Amino acid sequence: MSLATGRAGLSPVSISRLDKLGVVTTLIALAGLFLQPFMLFRANRIVLGDPLELWQSLPAFVWVPTLGVILAGIGLTLVKTPRTVRLSAGVAVLALLAVVVGVSASYLTPEGDSFARVSPGGGFWILIFAFALSVTDSVARLRLGPVPRVLALAAVGVVLAAILYSGLWSDLSILKEYAGRANSFWQQVQVHLVLALGSMAAAAVFGIPLGIVSYRIVRVRAAILNALNIVQTIPSMAMFGLLIAPMAWVGATIPGAAELGIGGIGVAPAFLALFAYSLLPVVSNTVVGLDTVPREPNDAARGVGMTDLQRLVRIEMPLAFPVILTGIRIVLVQNIGLTVIAGLIGGGGLGTFVFQGISQTAMDLVLLGAIPAVAMAFAAAIVLDAGVELSRPKGAGAQR
Amino acid sequence: MKWALGLRLVAVVLLAAFIFAPEMFAPVFAPLTQFGAPPIYTQSAILDLTLSHLMLVGAATLAATILAVGLAILVTRPFGAEFLPLSRSLANIGQTFPPVAVLALAVPAMGFGAGPTLVALFLYGLLPIFENALTGLESLSPSVREAARGSGMTGLQRLVRVELPLAFPVILAGIRLSVVISLSTATIGSTVAAKTLGEVIIAGLLSNNTAFVLQGGLVVGVLAVLIYDGFVAIEKIAARRMGQSVPGTA
Repeated sequence: MSLATGRAGLSPVSISRLDKLGVVTTLIALAGLFLQPFMLFRANRIVLGDPLELWQSLPAFVWVPTLGVILAGIGLTLVKTPRTVRLSAGVAVLALLAVVVGVSASYLTPEGDSFARVSPGGGFWILIFAFALSVTDSVARLRLGPVPRVLALAAVGVVLAAILYSGLWSDLSILKEYAGRANSFWQQVQVHLVLALGSMAAAAVFGIPLGIVSYRIVRVRAAILNALNIVQTIPSMAMFGLLIAPMAWVGATIPGAAELGIGGIGVAPAFLALFAYSLLPVVSNTVVGLDTVPREPNDAARGVGMTDLQRLVRIEMPLAFPVILTGIRIVLVQNIGLTVIAGLIGGGGLGTFVFQGISQTAMDLVLLGAIPAVAMAFAAAIVLDAGVELSRPKGAGAQR
Repeated sequence: MKWALGLRLVAVVLLAAFIFAPEMFAPVFAPLTQFGAPPIYTQSAILDLTLSHLMLVGAATLAATILAVGLAILVTRPFGAEFLPLSRSLANIGQTFPPVAVLALAVPAMGFGAGPTLVALFLYGLLPIFENALTGLESLSPSVREAARGSGMTGLQRLVRVELPLAFPVILAGIRLSVVISLSTATIGSTVAAKTLGEVIIAGLLSNNTAFVLQGGLVVGVLAVLIYDGFVAIEKIAARRMGQSVPGTA
């Protein structure tokens, strides 16, 4: 707070001209700039790093303007400025940081040294966090519609892909981990997606009818929902582990199962575990969705002589669809995260790198698995949220 | 309803028996082992692991509750209204972070042991509590607010005597969600050497001993179900006291 008052004392800017959120992000950004190292340099992949400040991480002709832009960005968010100015300032600083971190990695890596590892330090991440907060706030206040949100996500994706393709980040430690295992990385991404999306699809195929049944037959509703609730309480590690033995048995005894890839080790137990966790959100959202269908359209449909099946297909399901889609969104985001655990039981996916990294204390390898998983979950959430919003009839509550 | 209560009592008794004297259950788990492997995990006492597991979850949830409820109060006051849109979208974004990833990302920053687990549980526990506290504080009917204001209560009095008690059942529901998620997530903490019941499951996975996996999973699962039920019961009592209808528990 002393900073805010200090500034107000020096200039005609009074306290009321300060943006409250700006004060918070400014304090965070300054802590990132001055209290934490911008980069970490390590002689090899598992030793502790040497901390380097911003001015030690870059040549003077780069760090001086960089510091200038960051301070200008802080200034623009600290005082009350128009939303578009704040948004552009935040995006500009984030883009600059993305470029500078790559330049710094190349600058710090000694010529021809393939053991040295350079990674962003705490200060870099804190700066990213501070400006991401500011951008998130501006975006939230702009109230972007579903289509612009997806387009913005696509634009960010294209920029990140371009940076990765250009080789700007190639000297960063996480990409050195990637370079050594590019093939297996993409293979595991594929396994990860197949597991997360496949189990989601299976849960939709079985869960929606199950939801319709539990909506129609009140007596079985509590039993089904309670059973699925209990499934959720089983820790994921145990669930994955417990399914190994039964799957091995199925693979060994049922003809044709082994050819389908069903066995004790591999994707089968992981798929089944994810499927079990996915059922509750799908079933309960189907029940809730059908339950919230207003009476009038149903009465009208009965009046014109529709059968129960016709009403279900033409009236109830379309009206319940947004709520069911919300359940599917929960499942997909949750499954992308849970699939990481499959790495622990040999089920593949990005968790393979996370747990390999943990056992080798190679943190870059942990990040190589964790960051894409987070990014996929985040992208899935934005796309499906947009889908939920678009599927809602116009004028029906804009709230989540 | 009677048989449900009976079932719970049986679960409590069995769980307590297993935690205090796991050897008693050796014959039950023996058929799951191969090549004469031990049917019961004895590397650490199940009692110690359970206590340490519950302490981790309890400490993380307590810290998360204090911060989340505090933040929800802040953003629903006129002073903090500016932070409302941001905190809403942060709660939304935060939920897309998988708990395992939070744990994995905390390890580079904090090293191995209970530390990263505590941070992961804390961060992940914040979101459901914050969302529910926000809903609870925001969904008070305007007439209640007006009545409180009309009777001459100050802002603080309104918060402590009217808003928080009325929002309490909804906040409890958020804490319940958070605790149940944390109980399961804490097991993953054992992959980074935190002392939790996950140790039993991992030992089972590494030595191909289904008995270990099952007993670790069962203890955590039964604990979660019982704690969940306990919270639901308290929520019902709290809601009844406030004269509200029982909130949905699904």
